[in-house]
Amino acid sequence: MAAPQESEIRYLTPVTVDVKKAKYCRFKKMGIKYIDYKDPDFLLKFVNEQGKLLPRRITGTSLKYQRKVAQAVKRSRHLALMPYVADMMK
Amino acid sequence: MSNNYETVFILTPVLSDDQAKEAVKKVVKFLKDNKAQIVHEENWGLRKLAYPIQKKSSGFYYLIEFKAEGTLVADLEVMYKRDERIIRFLTLALDKYAVEYNERRRNKKKNVEKTEKADA
Repeated sequence: MAAPQESEIRYLTPVTVDVKKAKYCRFKKMGIKYIDYKDPDFLLKFVNEQGKLLPRRITGTSLKYQRKVAQAVKRSRHLALMPYVADMMK
Repeated sequence: MSNNYETVFILTPVLSDDQAKEAVKKVVKFLKDNKAQIVHEENWGLRKLAYPIQKKSSGFYYLIEFKAEGTLVADLEVMYKRDERIIRFLTLALDKYAVEYNERRRNKKKNVEKTEKADA
């Protein structure tokens, strides 16, 4: 029974396998019921650098609240609180 | 039966202060005349716009939360469209969560003011 071979390759830094962090819907967890279109700072978390809405698979929000977020972002864009198109907004 | 509404409108920055006040007064008077009950008013003042509207990059924001009949909103928006000082407006109905949220937001602001006064 051959002894388990020592792996010849020595990694300088240990291979980091990113542990799968369970995504959760922040609205369900924090019990937020209404997403306000008037404070853009909160809505910036759901928008990428170009000002586009982030998909649910990235933010992890549930469908019900993703629709509310989308609605709020579009309203704040209408009121020029948030840009339609931006570069390096963050 | 009256519902809760919230309207935000933006005035052109070109206006002098009293012209801006007068425009806001016109809206408030319109609401009061049509038996709307104004719950809360907020003046955000001059703010930078995220993108230029009508070649202007800042505007006076004004928020009014009120209770009114459903038919009032259409007339309100016709008036907005007619008034050329108002460059953008948004009127929406509030559901119970929104009303509760606004309540909490107002109380929070009051507490903040109280604490500021306390330690000022």
